[in-house]
This record gives sequence, structure tokens and C-alpha cells, in this order.
Amino acid sequence: MAHSQGDHGGRDCLAGAIDCDIHPAVPSTRVLLPYLDDYWREHILRRGLERENLETSSYPANAPINCRPDWRLPSGPPGSSLAALQSHLLDRLRPSFAICNVIHGAQVMLSEDLSAALCRAINNWIRAEWLDQDPRLRASIVVPPHSAELAAEEIERCAPDRRFVQVLLLAMTELPLGRRQNWPIYRAAEAHGLPIGIHAGSSFRHPPSALGWPSYYLEDYVSQSQGFAAALNSLVSEGVFVKFPALKVVLIESGVTWLPASLWRLDKTWRGVRSEVPWLEQLPTETVRKHVRLTLQPFDAPPTEKQLQTLLEQLGSDRMLLFSSDYPHWHFDGDDALPAGLPADLVRKICVDNPLETYPRLKETMR
Amino acid sequence: MNRHVVAKVEDIQPGTRKIVTVKGREIGIFRVGDDFYGLINRCPHQGAPLCRGEIVSRLVAPSPGDYRLTRPGEMIRCPWHCWEFDIRTGQSLCDPNSVQARAFDVAVEPGRALVEGPFVAESVPVTVEETYVVVTL
Repeated sequence: MAHSQGDHGGRDCLAGAIDCDIHPAVPSTRVLLPYLDDYWREHILRRGLERENLETSSYPANAPINCRPDWRLPSGPPGSSLAALQSHLLDRLRPSFAICNVIHGAQVMLSEDLSAALCRAINNWIRAEWLDQDPRLRASIVVPPHSAELAAEEIERCAPDRRFVQVLLLAMTELPLGRRQNWPIYRAAEAHGLPIGIHAGSSFRHPPSALGWPSYYLEDYVSQSQGFAAALNSLVSEGVFVKFPALKVVLIESGVTWLPASLWRLDKTWRGVRSEVPWLEQLPTETVRKHVRLTLQPFDAPPTEKQLQTLLEQLGSDRMLLFSSDYPHWHFDGDDALPAGLPADLVRKICVDNPLETYPRLKETMR
Repeated sequence: MNRHVVAKVEDIQPGTRKIVTVKGREIGIFRVGDDFYGLINRCPHQGAPLCRGEIVSRLVAPSPGDYRLTRPGEMIRCPWHCWEFDIRTGQSLCDPNSVQARAFDVAVEPGRALVEGPFVAESVPVTVEETYVVVTL
């Protein structure tokens, strides 16, 4: 949780900000039925899948982080009400845009075709029931990550709607994200000027830790940042940013502060084994600063503001951080959505300049 | 600055090196084809005996998977941490603008020119019939 004392990042400060990570939730699989292709609607009804909620297990229902207490809904999963989102966040903090990242079981299904069908339905649903209903909303394209070809098709299908500003993947999938099998996704995203958003999460059919399956939620949640480190390591080492030089990646809900030490290790080791990955001609840190962005919440803040300053220096770039509330997940109280101790000029960059640079489609519709 | 005769040309075959001591400093004399280069035998990273490392090529890839072997035998790889340096210039590959091994001028001279001096023949007797490797230091 972020600190809640004092007014840092309160209402006035955030007016006009761009919230780069909010989580509308599919209230139930039934609401997706009208948005499915005929074939897959029939398939789902025959199997009775509409009775399953198909949520991922990343956020157990009663885990405190799953939803801020005052943002819980009378019924339905947290984040499933547009009206609530408007009153809790959009009308209160007055961001100019908020980017919807739907996390759903569709992204982790074993059947590539069913996964793709449900992702199409989610993208249709978010467009009709959220983007069309509030001009402040933008969305990430949800794709079946285990079929790069079908994922690329879905990017092609959705990209003409400029309110889709990003492609969403999970940090821990069946393959490390940099592997060449995934490249059709990056090719399509780059061609359409869409960043790849990599959200915390796992397919959960491979252990979230390199040491196997943890016993407790605590371990699972903390392991997520190691999953990000591995995903980033894979993207850099496989040369994704060399192959797709215009591609940007946004690490969403990574915790942020693990990054400098991970990059020091990557840089140090690269110097000695450069010839193994000869496409990497630059220090990996330079590549990461150019191509990688991180959303702010949850922010694994060091204990003191002085240490925070040190950490910001270690990041070495004021262009990497993007404001996010992570609505409705519970990382801050009241309106204090920004971690304490961020310098004012950096706040401006985090809230406005960096998101606009990262998501060029937002500029097309700035009011 | 003096010129030091450090070896006969035939003592250093193409693709090999010889480590010599000049004014108390160890210098690796490398022969790439018929060209000779000198590098201090001290890695700028942590002081390893750089010139005792493997002589390697420069492996590059303009794009992932597009492998190309270039400049065969023109790189020296430090024996401790495997940082690569350009034998011709001493520049590192990992940080060419700030990590560089000191390079020395090396020339090939006929004995006939050398016997007249001035030079310091520390350990290599010079005769007019031979050709020599000369380091300026």
C-alpha cells in the first residue's frame, strides 16, 4: 500500500492526468454472449460455460488488494460497474483518459480458438459498453497470447478503432515473452503504433516461481515482480527491440522498484557474453530506457523519501513512469494516488507527458 | 619516447601474439596478417592480463538470428570476464567510448635501418639481415 498521510497526488494534482491502468471487470460470462460469434455462442451455451465466471485466480476475492473497501460494489465483481468507476474515479480525480485493461480467463485458456473467441467478445464488449459510454475511456486489445497468429489477427481487427491504444499480455505465459513464436504479436503491434502492455499475471499452468509452486498467496504475489524481470530479460535478450525498433512495452503492476538492480545484473553479464547475443550492441539498460515504461501502482516504495530519490536516480530516466490508479485494486486511500515524495516536475511527466509519448493514439483525441 | 626493438618479425606468426616487457611494462604484440599492434597487458576493467586472453573474431548480427563473423582474429577477449577489445585500437565492444585498453605504436623495420639507431634494443640483438618489430614508448 502507498502511504496515505498528507496530500500527495490528490484531486487537483491529478486533474487532466492519464490513468494508464484501470480494470473494468466482466460481470459474468453471460454478458459476453451477445458479443460472441454465433459459433462460439453456441459452443459456450452447449458446454454451460456461461455459468462459469472465468476469472483468473490472480486476485482472490477476499484478498485486501483485490478491491479498495470503499470501491466494493453492492453486487458483481469489483470494477464491473461503469457508473461506479465514474463516481469513484473519473468524476472525482478527473483524469483526461483512463486505459481499461481487462484481465480475464480468456487470456489463459488452453484452447487457442476458444481463447481467441472470448477475447474478441471482450474487445467487442468493452467497446460497446465502456468506450462508447464514456469518452474518457480507452482500452487495451485483449488477445489469446498462446496463439501469436490469432493474437495478431485480433490486433488487426481492433486496431482501426483508435480508442484501442495498446495490446495486453500477461507477464508469465507458456513461453518467455521474447521468444520468436510471439513475434507476430509484436509485428502487428508495431505496425499499428500500439505499445505492448504486459500485466502482472500468469497462465497458472506453469509455476509462477522458478522454484515451483508456492504454498501461499503472499509468495505468489511477490513472485510477480520476478516474473516481470524474467519477461523483460527475455524481450531484451531475444532482440525484440532490435527486430521491432519502434515497439514500446509497458510493464503494468510490476512494482517498479525491482528494476534498477535487475538491469545492473543484465548489463554486467552482457559485457562478458555479448557475443552470444550479438544483436545487442547497446548496454541493455539503454535499450530498456528507450523502449520500456512502467505504470506506477502498485509502487514498491522504499522506506524513506530519501531512498526514493536515490531510486529515481537509479532509474536514470524521467520518461519511464506512467501514472496509474490500478482501480479498483487497493494501493492507496482517499485521493492520494501518487506515492509520496515525487518531485513536482516528475509528477507532470508521469501524469501527462510520458503517457502521451507512450500512447500516441491518445494525442489524436486530446480535448 | 624511445623506440624499442622487441622481436624479430618471424618470432610472431600471423594470428599469434608475444608478450614483451618494455620499460617495466608488459605489452602484448599482436600480429594480424602482416600488421602488428601493441596493447598494454592490463585490462582496463579489473587489471587482468588482457593480452593472454583468446584471440577471437567479432561476431555481429544486424538483426536477431542474422549471424555474421567479421574481422576474424582481430579481437582479444579478456581471460577474466570475457570483455572483448579491438586489437587494432584497444577499444572495448561493451563500452567503446569509455572503456579502452592502452594501445602502442608498433612498426616493422629492417635491421639495416635499426642498426643506425637511435633505438633501445633491450633484449633483441639486431642484425642488418633481419626484419624487426619496434614499439614506440
